[in-house]
Amino acid sequence: MEIIDILLAASFWEAAIRIATPLIFGVLGALVCERAGVLNLGIEGIFTAGAMAGWMAVWLGAGLWAGVLVAALAGAFFGLIHAILTVPLGLSQHVSGIGVTLLATSLSYFTYRTALPDVSSPPRIEPFRPLDIPFLSDLPFIGQALFSQTAMTMLALVLVFVTGWVLYRTPLGLAIRAVGDNPSSVEAQGLSVYGLRIGAVVVGSSLMALGGAFLTMSAFDAFFFGMINGRGWVCIALTVFASWRPGKALIGALLFGAFDAFQVRLQTEVGAFLPSQVFLMMPYILSIIALIVVARKADYPKALLVPWFKGQR
Amino acid sequence: MIRFEPRANPGPVLTYGVPVIAAAIAILLAAIPLALADAPIIRAYGLMISGAFGSVFSISEMLTRATPLILTGLAAAIAFRAKLWNIGAEGQLYMGAMAAVAIGSGVIDGPSWIMIPVVMIAGAIAGALMLIGPTLMKTRLGVDEVVTTLLLNFIVLLFVQMMLEGALKDPMSMGWPQSEPIIDSAVFPPLIERMRVHFGLIIALVSAIALAVFVKRTVWGFEIRAVGENAAAAKFAGISVTKTMILVAALSGGLAGLAGVAEVAGTRGYLATDLSPGYGYAGIVVAMLARLSPVGVIASALFVASVFVGADSMSRAIGVSSYLADLIVAMALLCVLIGGFLTRFTVHFDRKTAG
Repeated sequence: MEIIDILLAASFWEAAIRIATPLIFGVLGALVCERAGVLNLGIEGIFTAGAMAGWMAVWLGAGLWAGVLVAALAGAFFGLIHAILTVPLGLSQHVSGIGVTLLATSLSYFTYRTALPDVSSPPRIEPFRPLDIPFLSDLPFIGQALFSQTAMTMLALVLVFVTGWVLYRTPLGLAIRAVGDNPSSVEAQGLSVYGLRIGAVVVGSSLMALGGAFLTMSAFDAFFFGMINGRGWVCIALTVFASWRPGKALIGALLFGAFDAFQVRLQTEVGAFLPSQVFLMMPYILSIIALIVVARKADYPKALLVPWFKGQR
Repeated sequence: MIRFEPRANPGPVLTYGVPVIAAAIAILLAAIPLALADAPIIRAYGLMISGAFGSVFSISEMLTRATPLILTGLAAAIAFRAKLWNIGAEGQLYMGAMAAVAIGSGVIDGPSWIMIPVVMIAGAIAGALMLIGPTLMKTRLGVDEVVTTLLLNFIVLLFVQMMLEGALKDPMSMGWPQSEPIIDSAVFPPLIERMRVHFGLIIALVSAIALAVFVKRTVWGFEIRAVGENAAAAKFAGISVTKTMILVAALSGGLAGLAGVAEVAGTRGYLATDLSPGYGYAGIVVAMLARLSPVGVIASALFVASVFVGADSMSRAIGVSSYLADLIVAMALLCVLIGGFLTRFTVHFDRKTAG
């Protein structure tokens, strides 16, 4: 009955939501890009850039929310590079995305090393503190699991609703979805395909960068090399799993977080029998399984990966 | 208004000139981070050049670096030709290295002319299988190979770690996670006395030329190009897209696996989790700089290798972070992408006119 005990503990759900938070940012960002027809494999590097830029801003003396803004701007910058290469120039989204990941990662590492040439242990900042909301944080179970997270987790949850509302309840969202399905129809209505796509990629990339910023400014309090560790790629898989819907993205990220939190606890129970690497592999294997499960019925945006040029019918 | 018009025939000057210019621009752009790091810019460039070409030793180091890069570059080139987006060369490299170590560290023994081909074949098969899996998932189940190959890089690295702490652990390594060394008869001989550049370079060069001939002169090569250009048309013409994809996967994964073999049997002598500083990912840049041409891969791998070796040596001399090399390589990739666009299109700046 140990498994039931694990699943019923508030601390377990607290960990699950914490693990899910960067993924929520990342999947939201990826789905905004992909809904507009652009695959953004820059995500892994944009996570790194957001993590580094946000952390460094705070380390240099900025406030935490200013750090979040700096991270978002860093994401927007790399998103703009990807957008220019893939939208008006129509270049391969795969290759451009990998290029942006290499650029953002190496620029982040170079900047970090240049600013801190010889530190042995990464310097720490004062990160976001767990919230202490009167009444709510004192509720049994949910008070600990949800209302004692940090403000960035709350931001992620709010952004799920904002993204869903914009995509499905506003003319802008309609246009973004249309530009990822049938760009020529959008042009026929007098809207700018390039403008919509570039805007979506830039906004989506800032969301991704917030996922990175959460890691250095909320989950941990320092930046270190290799800390993103494939989280960006996991988000790309979860986006397919979520069939490009913000609500399902939240569920997917939470399921993923729950599973990851569960395997950590399982490891302490049965870790003596299996090498630790088996548990560390789980998130990646789970992502691949998630892809296989939905592959048959995945309803990709119809114009995803397809470049569109002005004056083309 | 800016207008793009397709160019009818780019011609050889543009085709071969653009990658060179892109690489040069990336090198020049490195002046910005150098200036931000307060480094003496001219001296830094001088140190990079002498670090990569200044002596027989530095050229040997550069060629040693180029060896795995040629192989992973070829792996990316052949896969991207067929629009099989293999981003998993890093994992395939490690699987190849692990297979080479598993079979070449004393399980069997024999003369070099048997052992060297045996570890090469083992590594190539391991790398190939590593990509055939995701390719079958793509063709049979419709699972996107980009994400699966990317995620497999992480899984493989953890698997290698696990094996190095378990079945492949060297009992003499004092607890350090590394494999037993490759036996002498399986070690790639050096090409120059007392230098690190080794027989793997010959394998890489021969692979590049063989792949070029294969793609240009054989029916299979034609089918690969046809599937890459238009899979639907190729299918209509009676080419089995699935079979072609699996052939490409075997070649691409096999080449990446060979890169791993070359690293353990030629450079390192044993397997550890820091065997590759991202050769798999850098191979993508090498392939793009080469415009996916197998022979071009040789030249672009030499360029990327000299950036790495040159920046490493510059970094040791004046203390600028060696991540500068990764930065230059990433910028070169983006520059060559833009350059590729400019060879296919001409840019017109129109004055706004009525209508």
